Amino acid sequence: MRPRVRRDESERQASGALAISVRNLRVDYGEHEVLHNISFDVKAGETITILGGSGSGKTTLLRSLIGLEKPSTGAIWIRGHDLCCIPPRDMAEMRKKFGVSFQGGALFGSMTVGENVALPLREHTRLDDSTIEVLVRLKLEEVGLSGYEDYNPAQLSGGMKKRAAIARALTMDPEILFFDEPSAGLDPIIAAGIDDLILKLKHAFAMTIVVVTHELASAFLIADRMVLIDKGNIIAIGTPEEMKANQHPRVRQFLDRVPDAEISTDEGFLDRLTQNLRL
Amino acid sequence: MFGKPPPVQNCEIANMSVVETVGQATVDGLAYLGDLTILTGRSLHAVTVAPFQGQRLRGQRAVHQAMSAGVGAVPILSLISFFVGVIMALQSAYELQKLGAIALVARTVAISVTRELAPLITAIVVIGRSGSAFAAEIGSMKVNEEIDALETMALDPVQFLVAPKLVAMALMLPCLTTWADFMGILGGATFGVGAAGFTLGSYLEATLHSLVLRDIITGLIKSVMFGMVITAVGCQEGLSTGLGAEQVGRSTTSAVVKSIFMVVAVDLVFTMLFYFTTSQ
Repeated sequence: MRPRVRRDESERQASGALAISVRNLRVDYGEHEVLHNISFDVKAGETITILGGSGSGKTTLLRSLIGLEKPSTGAIWIRGHDLCCIPPRDMAEMRKKFGVSFQGGALFGSMTVGENVALPLREHTRLDDSTIEVLVRLKLEEVGLSGYEDYNPAQLSGGMKKRAAIARALTMDPEILFFDEPSAGLDPIIAAGIDDLILKLKHAFAMTIVVVTHELASAFLIADRMVLIDKGNIIAIGTPEEMKANQHPRVRQFLDRVPDAEISTDEGFLDRLTQNLRL
Repeated sequence: MFGKPPPVQNCEIANMSVVETVGQATVDGLAYLGDLTILTGRSLHAVTVAPFQGQRLRGQRAVHQAMSAGVGAVPILSLISFFVGVIMALQSAYELQKLGAIALVARTVAISVTRELAPLITAIVVIGRSGSAFAAEIGSMKVNEEIDALETMALDPVQFLVAPKLVAMALMLPCLTTWADFMGILGGATFGVGAAGFTLGSYLEATLHSLVLRDIITGLIKSVMFGMVITAVGCQEGLSTGLGAEQVGRSTTSAVVKSIFMVVAVDLVFTMLFYFTTSQ
């Protein structure tokens, strides 16, 4: 039966309607199961946000989608390729069509901002230096960082680092752009600027965008659809409106920012603190 | 009836524990050697085979590493090698003059420096300067997700980071060792001229007469191996760094300790190899 399922998935992927398909994904760290039976689709040109609390498994899901974590079971289809079975050379070719913006930026500290942005072009194309220089300026202009080519990453603020990382992610004109916590650790004004940048990219280039975040305002602003993960399980998928109307207790708790019941009262908090002493 | 178990059982349990510990340590050690071999093999593939398959050879990065690891080490290596040459001359003169054979100081210094001390001292200086730096650099990149960023940009971290270092170290260690040979002999000559009745010319002539090309070549072969071992251990420790800045410190310390052990072990193997192949 499994080959038939795979062929169906391949046909759907090949039709171009889906950019990403995740089926029955399970990821383990040692004996600890982090993601349980995750399944969802991302349509081409869609912006999807993966929401969840700390330790919910959303970053592990993102790392699985970009091929940095190997699933224990299940399948991830990206642009018609099953990540578990793809030969390394094809994986490298596919990754050239990815753009990934990491939580801390992950800019190379030994290179200038311009060299960081130019790196994929220098490594994967035969463009001459002057063309690369023009493209780097263009990418930095797109993220509002023109003139910062010769700065070292250490000289940039948190928001500027994220913008520079986005510029590097955009260098190869990716078909799918992944963001890990794009507005984490930024003040509200800078975070709003990053949201605005993601929206501009979405409208200007019609690329598929996957954003992992726990910032509710940001997620509702940029998403076409949202996936909410709790303790390694998907508990809700839908448009922002459908999410707001969802009455699942954990969805409501997350969206209404309600703490867990055991520590919602002073007695509960003290009870948990003294629990170990009584044993 | 249910008294203490006989002591022999305790011994058996203790022996099992020791056997298990030694066994586990052996398995871990072999696994680590396997990791080093794979890393070195992938790096060698990246510089010898991959360029013929259309992949880039990162010569500029190798030159940069060679300048940093090689040229940058010259001042401190010169000083240490010179001092070691003087110490070696003093130590050998102490015994040789009792036998009335102080003229053999030049020979003793020349052979011990070229065969053993210069390659070993060079390796230890390079471990302190570059092996630790490799672990810290790659470890920091791991913690800051830069290694992940390389992978997502379809760049192989081994090809991009490790291979240029391996080339630089395999080329620079023999060069540094040759320089350390010269500085060590110069240190010996300083003692010879100052306290053993040599002129500079007669000391150098005695040195040249006592050395055969084989002495220098064996030292240089060992230094190439040391360069590869130091790179492999430093980079392996960096790539296996855990999460958090504290882990970078641990990787760096571990890289230095393991590199020194590995260099001495490789030295032992090659010295035995040279001994048994020439004595037959």
